[in-house]
Amino acid sequence: MSLISADHICVRLGGEEVLHDVSLRLEPGEIVTVVGPNGSGKSTLLRAMLGIVPVAGGRVTRAAGLRLGYVPQKLMIDRSMPISVRRFLSLPLRVGAADVAAVLARVGMEGQQEAQLTALSGGQLQRVLLARALLGRPQVLMLDEPTQGLDQPGEAAFYRLIEEVRTETGCAVLMVSHDLHVVMAASDRVICLNGHVCCEGAPHVVSTAPEYRALFGLGTRGALALYRHEHDHDHNAGPDHGHDHHHHPHTHDHHHA
Amino acid sequence: MLDDFLVRAALAGVGLSLATGPLGAFVVWRRMAYFGDATAHAAILGVALALATGLPIVAGTLVVAAAMAVTVAGLAARGWAMDTTLGVLAHSALAFGLVAVSYFPSVRTDLSSYLFGDILAVTRGDLGLIWGGAVAVAVLLLWRWQALLTSTLNEDLAHASGLNPDRERLVLVLAMALTVAVSLKVVGALLIAAMLIIPAAAARGLARSPEGMALGATLIGALATLAGLRLSLWQDTPAGPSIIVAAAACFVVAAVLGRVRRA
Repeated sequence: MSLISADHICVRLGGEEVLHDVSLRLEPGEIVTVVGPNGSGKSTLLRAMLGIVPVAGGRVTRAAGLRLGYVPQKLMIDRSMPISVRRFLSLPLRVGAADVAAVLARVGMEGQQEAQLTALSGGQLQRVLLARALLGRPQVLMLDEPTQGLDQPGEAAFYRLIEEVRTETGCAVLMVSHDLHVVMAASDRVICLNGHVCCEGAPHVVSTAPEYRALFGLGTRGALALYRHEHDHDHNAGPDHGHDHHHHPHTHDHHHA
Repeated sequence: MLDDFLVRAALAGVGLSLATGPLGAFVVWRRMAYFGDATAHAAILGVALALATGLPIVAGTLVVAAAMAVTVAGLAARGWAMDTTLGVLAHSALAFGLVAVSYFPSVRTDLSSYLFGDILAVTRGDLGLIWGGAVAVAVLLLWRWQALLTSTLNEDLAHASGLNPDRERLVLVLAMALTVAVSLKVVGALLIAAMLIIPAAAARGLARSPEGMALGATLIGALATLAGLRLSLWQDTPAGPSIIVAAAACFVVAAVLGRVRRA
């Protein structure tokens, strides 16, 4: 059975429908990435699945007792709060020194317990956030644009780390991203979102799907085509937003190690 | 010992620091300075309410400060532009309060004690109230400490950890209202926010952990009270403002120390 699933959810923010009829299931051990242009509702989807924003329709179902780790988009760590990595990892649950040392080593931050959060680089901070999520031994790891602000080698290294964690712990991963090329390589399944699911499937299938190309353009390796498109495909802008384009429930192949 | 008005004044200030230290740290971390101002200024309106209804002053200020704090927190949650909204509310509350108390001639002559505090006139009863309220605030914050810190750092993270950031915000709102109510007598409506912010800001440069900063703010607040009273006695200056002057001096010293230590 799925660890967590969204069934035909709709989400409204400030009267505007941000997500329409989105369904998504996450199976144990798979890495699923949600891609889409800015404003396509990617983060909202994640937040709806976490229960942070309420759904206006449909439902989110979690497996009983699901352990969930969350890595937010970024931590607005205010310079006014002095806090060390070790102290941060003990929020909200206190964690022993051995566990802290182990998890920091796992994310490549060994010996950084006493470093102040404000002194960390963007990449280091993301690793600490990942470490914090891992402390709860999650069955599902959710990451919201985890590599924003990282350079390309940093990005690639971070996604490699995610994949290693998945291989070691067997946790499922749901990521939101707009940097496509790196993400695609690291995912088992990609969901292309633009208020609704445009297409989904294995990365190589999605990258050739017409809906995906309409969103991100051709032959740009994705990354260059992040403009907000005006129209993807036949939308009837009716009150119920009824549109009749075909979804592509492509079969996907797992790359479990 | 409590017969000495200076001893009572010192105890009042030290007791208040138990609340303003940790609460002030959150005010600084969450950038709630104006929020503190709005709540504190509403206290004058509370004085008018108390005089009109015959309630104790503390009860009147607590009710109005709590109403103001809840209103402001509610507006913030609905995404109002906080800077402007708080500016409007804070100053309006003060102006309405000043106009309202002017209907009570007995207060007219005595207004400055509500604006700047009257720590030298603290009675045994006041002392009980101040300590009771301050300890209640400190216990409340200690009890919710982990959850408050988590939701201060990132509300989504708190949510994903099974916490409710709205509830934690309410904890701070109530702590603020209670602190305002009990500190009116000590530093007065105009300087409560200063008592929250300045010691916490002074502690920031010296602390390495959130707990260290909260504790440091408490100690600096207590120190500033004692030094301010001393200054007031020596130079015959008003006690409340003298305490804030001492706190500001602590801030300067801490800033210099912090810089020296980092260099």
